[in-house]
Amino acid sequence: MVIDRKARIIEVQDWDDYFLFRLESPEIARLSQPGQFIMIKVSETTNPLLRRPISLHNCTGREVEIFFQIAGKGTRLLSQKKAGDILDILGPLGRGFSIKNEFKGKEIFCVGGGRGIAPLYYLARELSAAGARPVIFYGGRTSADLPLKSRFEQADWEVKVSTDDGSLGFSGLVTSLVESELRHRTPTFLFACGPEAMMEKLAEICRKENLPAEFSLESIMGCGLGACWGCVKKIRRNGETKYLKICQDGPVFSRDEIVWQEKENG
Amino acid sequence: MVDLSVDLGFLKLKNPVLAASGTFGYGLEFKPFYDLELLGGFVVKGLYFNPREGNLPPRLIETPSGLINSIGLQGIGVEAFCREILPELAELDTAVIVNVCGEDEDEYARVAEYLSRFKGIAALELNISCPNVREGGRCPAQSSDATFRTVKKVKEVTPLPLITKLSPNVTDIVSIAIAAEEAGSEAISLVNTFLAMAVDIETRKPKLGNVIGGLSGPAIKPIALRMVFQVARAVKIPVIGIGGIFTAEDALEFMMVGASAIEVGTANFVDPDACLRIIQGMEKWAENHGIKNISEIIGSLKI
Repeated sequence: MVIDRKARIIEVQDWDDYFLFRLESPEIARLSQPGQFIMIKVSETTNPLLRRPISLHNCTGREVEIFFQIAGKGTRLLSQKKAGDILDILGPLGRGFSIKNEFKGKEIFCVGGGRGIAPLYYLARELSAAGARPVIFYGGRTSADLPLKSRFEQADWEVKVSTDDGSLGFSGLVTSLVESELRHRTPTFLFACGPEAMMEKLAEICRKENLPAEFSLESIMGCGLGACWGCVKKIRRNGETKYLKICQDGPVFSRDEIVWQEKENG
Repeated sequence: MVDLSVDLGFLKLKNPVLAASGTFGYGLEFKPFYDLELLGGFVVKGLYFNPREGNLPPRLIETPSGLINSIGLQGIGVEAFCREILPELAELDTAVIVNVCGEDEDEYARVAEYLSRFKGIAALELNISCPNVREGGRCPAQSSDATFRTVKKVKEVTPLPLITKLSPNVTDIVSIAIAAEEAGSEAISLVNTFLAMAVDIETRKPKLGNVIGGLSGPAIKPIALRMVFQVARAVKIPVIGIGGIFTAEDALEFMMVGASAIEVGTANFVDPDACLRIIQGMEKWAENHGIKNISEIIGSLKI
């Protein structure tokens, strides 16, 4: 079920180029799963033309939250919206993260890089509700890239942060932080969302540690509905390697399915 | 009450609005948004005989009021389509048109012949104009001879009406349209996308994985409109107008210059119910102008 609705912005929070919107959308709040996304119309004109795919950051009762970074013209326009404005949204879309029964009582690593942290709040909430213990890894280039740190900490989850420049938390890549934690911890599963280089490295670490994992991919999308075949990624599944749609077959794929560096066509 | 139906001769449409191939999936993707039977019809995504992988990503780049795509006709192939999708489409009371592709003339014929064995297909749209499947964007629609040969060959193997879809990437689109008509095509649809590209100035690389792609969207509408105008005056068979149609007003312009029906493409991505909005807008316009049959406006341009 996909809903095409107007949603009122209830509240806007901003940190430089990061934004958190709280929207009133009871249908999407009711139907959604962590890892799903919505397509947002950012302009009433034809420039920019397409909607923007934005992942769901949180869903409660009648409200959904989105967290995004200005990455171009479309997200810049979106960032200029104010509380009270009405957004045209389409969703919930895509296949989200798999929360399994056997996670109960187990430690689950959730790794977010930069704006990739967005879907992990909703995910961690659902993991907690399922009796699992999420451990949040939140990496950024500098401390300014970690605006949601306190939000995750307030939720009473273990939160580990890293910055490439050492301005906050562990100094270095978040992948190195995860790797060092894995020396003395044995989580049951790892979820991640962030830059592809980060996720590719995590996939490699997880394979070495025999740790199952899922990754959420980002892409430019034409429609978000599976109609245009514009947002594909090479995926190994059922003995075949072929282009699957990030919007419909993803955005979440499992550890060994994703062909990270595709060099050639065919 | 406005009569929105249009008669293409070989096919009567309940209204002039068709969803364009490549922008509407196999149709069923849009079922959650509205009753597909409200459409004049829809053209399902181009089919080769076998499944096809399509082009290296990135496949989409936005430009001002436009979209460049280089999908490369990824798809499930004609057999899977007829087995898994067509039975459901065949139940619909609307014109289901199938877009037919081929690596060569034989494959076009093979796909058309296979489709002809099934019920529920109103017409075939012959896609001789995709810019994304051969090097340099070449396609049969760039040559009158290749167009004539391809249409002729397909005509020989199928009783289904043919709509030949033309490329705008030619010096003289009228001569290509005439070649299609002479080969027996029942209708012409135009235009496919305009060859285009975009460059990332930091990496100095093309923004599309396939280097070049096809531009669609409001940016191309005035050029598409001019081409439909020229072709509609030159051929006797019906013309279906395509190119950046986003509103009822756009659709009406195409009909006034001679299109008997129109296809809505890129707009489906932005608003899944774009076709419906356009149908409603046309009806309202006709009401406001005291027009009882929408077909009255076809070719009604005053020069």
